[in-house]
Amino acid sequence: MQRRAFLKTAAVGAVAGSGLSAPNLARAANSKVLRFVPQANLANLDPIWTTQYVVRNGALLIWDTLYGVNDQLVPQPQMVEGHEVTPDFKTWTFKLRAGLKFHDGEPVRSRDVIASIQRWMVRDATMGQVIKKRLDALEAVDDSTFRFRLNAPYPKMLFALGKSSTPCLFIMPERIAATDPFKQISDYVGSGPMRFMKDEWVPGAKASFSRFDGYSPRSEKANWMAGGKRINFDRIEWQIVPDGATAGAALENGEVDWWETPLPDLVPLLRKSPGVAVDIADPLGNIGSLRLNHLHPPFNDVRARRALQIALSQADYMQAVVGSDDSLWKTVPGYFTPDTPLYSELGGEPLKGPRDYDLAKKLLAEAGYKGEPIVLLVATDVAITKAQGDVTADLLKRIGMNVQYAALDWGTVGQRRAKKEPPAEGGWNIFHTWHAGADCVNPAPYIALNCSGETAWFGWPKSDLVQEKIGAWYDAPDLAAEKTAVAEINKAAMEHVVYVPTGFFKVNQAWRKNLSGIVKAPFPVFWDVTKT
Amino acid sequence: MFAYIIRRVVATIPVVLLVALFVFSLLYLAPGDPAAIIAGDQATPADVERIRASLGLDRPFVIRFADWLWQVLNGNLGVSIFTNLPVSHMIAQRIEPTVSLMLLTLVLSLSTAIPMGVIAAWKHGTIIDRAVMMTAVFGFSTPVFVVGYLLAYVFALYLDWLPVQGFTSISAGLLPFLRNLILPATALGLVYMALIARITRATMLDVLSQDYVRTAKAKGVGQRGVLFIHALKNAAVPIVTIVGIGFAALIGGAVVTESVFAIPGLGRLTVDAILRRDYPVIQGVVLMFSFVYVLVNLGVDLLYTLFDPRIRY
Repeated sequence: MQRRAFLKTAAVGAVAGSGLSAPNLARAANSKVLRFVPQANLANLDPIWTTQYVVRNGALLIWDTLYGVNDQLVPQPQMVEGHEVTPDFKTWTFKLRAGLKFHDGEPVRSRDVIASIQRWMVRDATMGQVIKKRLDALEAVDDSTFRFRLNAPYPKMLFALGKSSTPCLFIMPERIAATDPFKQISDYVGSGPMRFMKDEWVPGAKASFSRFDGYSPRSEKANWMAGGKRINFDRIEWQIVPDGATAGAALENGEVDWWETPLPDLVPLLRKSPGVAVDIADPLGNIGSLRLNHLHPPFNDVRARRALQIALSQADYMQAVVGSDDSLWKTVPGYFTPDTPLYSELGGEPLKGPRDYDLAKKLLAEAGYKGEPIVLLVATDVAITKAQGDVTADLLKRIGMNVQYAALDWGTVGQRRAKKEPPAEGGWNIFHTWHAGADCVNPAPYIALNCSGETAWFGWPKSDLVQEKIGAWYDAPDLAAEKTAVAEINKAAMEHVVYVPTGFFKVNQAWRKNLSGIVKAPFPVFWDVTKT
Repeated sequence: MFAYIIRRVVATIPVVLLVALFVFSLLYLAPGDPAAIIAGDQATPADVERIRASLGLDRPFVIRFADWLWQVLNGNLGVSIFTNLPVSHMIAQRIEPTVSLMLLTLVLSLSTAIPMGVIAAWKHGTIIDRAVMMTAVFGFSTPVFVVGYLLAYVFALYLDWLPVQGFTSISAGLLPFLRNLILPATALGLVYMALIARITRATMLDVLSQDYVRTAKAKGVGQRGVLFIHALKNAAVPIVTIVGIGFAALIGGAVVTESVFAIPGLGRLTVDAILRRDYPVIQGVVLMFSFVYVLVNLGVDLLYTLFDPRIRY
């Protein structure tokens, strides 16, 4: 008998009859409950009020969508039976499926959908607000039919209604959707396959969902946000485990079933654990970002931005972010998600080949840089931004820049990056983040590429050319035209150095081997998962 | 005595108010923006600004403080910025795990530390004394999270006796309750135990060298009677004092312990609220902790009269 087995046997004997080992037995019998450790705390559940991914992921259980993208990123009908569109893409008419119900038993009607769209349009900067600007009328034809009448073509309507990037268009009852889009809802009556158990909610610790028997799944097989969302559990319990090592140990010990984002450092250990499976979570991965402030010297000069572009080694960044597993990253000489239909490397030459520090120094001198402090905001409490920040600090020193490394937490970076003041007066020059690959598949959800200047994302890049090319994509009638438009966006954005991509990387998810049906997606897909 | 208690309770009011003002000012001055966190990384700067305005975070400091203080004086700790739930509800949800953890830690620590300290003093200079002191040094010098991980590895992963994380309410039964809490209470209690054991030993050494102990021994009082009836009672005042002071350390330790063992208690609530800049929750929890700390010290002062009849209030 091995020492470990002996100790276990001795322990069982010692506590016989005490009930101390009872939960192990209960564990085996509990196949109707899925215990899931999400990527972050579920602090609220209003997927329009906030754009946090963890909220979107919880909301996918509670609310359904009109359309949903599948693993080919093609929007498929979900709550709608079908649609009609005029050849000029100005009038879109949709009919809801029969038998759709909210969790309070009320039927889903056109007026619920319209209220949900109205709230979403205000908060969705990249697609909803574009539709809103082109909208002449959004009207209920009858209880199950509604219509958009636009004053300009909008060929991307189905993608807008079914996209996975935040905020998604979730369908809520009219009374809930009537809430001010900048205020949080407190009623979670949904239209999706699971009910939110508000009374059991302990924010920061636990969120529970129970199966909604009135949900009517589609007949097709589930595929990401599309198809029949069949839940094989009575309950899904989200357990917030703030410490990565504890979450890993809980998974190994069988106390939780599925961990959305295991720490890269723990993955080798989890792979060795006999009861645990590990695989890529999201095939669309993420794109690391070195975000520059275009308002102030030196990076208000494209030559200074170019200096970083030609000196930066994506391999250095990716190894710092994901460690030694080379299968998890690759270089990306472009802004769009690799291995997706619109991906382009046009204009990506500055990110390819050997890095040139001498040319970078020359460009900085031409841009008038004379050793002024460069304020680098680094969120040290987020591993990905910390790793990128450390590499950047080293890079800036190598090319002769005077780095002022501001070690902050993410909450403070979030506040400070919004400041437009000069860096010496509380502003900034550089910060790091990353963009989910699902948000970089085309220009619609890609807020970081927006170059509208004052109203653009943090860093406030301004390029009329990039904006013109983005507009061309919105009007592209077919895939070939979309590809051309995206290639030109990539080229224009590279030339303008909107931001500098630091590489493409994927992360893993881990689950107990008694679970089956786990798929790779930009969000956890609970439908069709089973537990033995 | 009753008048003294009333006076002390009334005296806590300005203390708690000062704490409230201090915490509110600190949060106002500290960087960070809950609106940016709520909006998420995909939000535009304009959206962040509108959320900030809708939360009232763009109002002047004095108005925000006055509003909050008025709410508190009316028994309302406000509503969490993030969860939209009343702060009092969130605190109520978290009290049981934290109180359970602290009580079990106190019981474990006191029931081991005091006998250890007494025995170490009794066997002063022997190998037993050194062993107790070594244990105490280990307890002092090992961070709570290291002990926590070590215990979880050995007793949960390696031996599979206990769960790694979580909390079970005592209403579900004593054994499941203890299964979840025994490791965190041990991890948290180690430093507390070390502190009390050392103080007990030092105080007992002092007391045991006094004349009345020698007299008691000369009169034939047994060893047990000398130690636990004559000496320990007289050594109790400093020990009780250190138990009270150590309570603050226990609160700080609970923050770490609850994170390591994923216990949904007030410590984790505090950390989460600080990281998100959930101001009403931070203010509510700190206010509550300060009130409890003041009450614990009052309890300690009252206990003095029990152990030393010369102390009168």
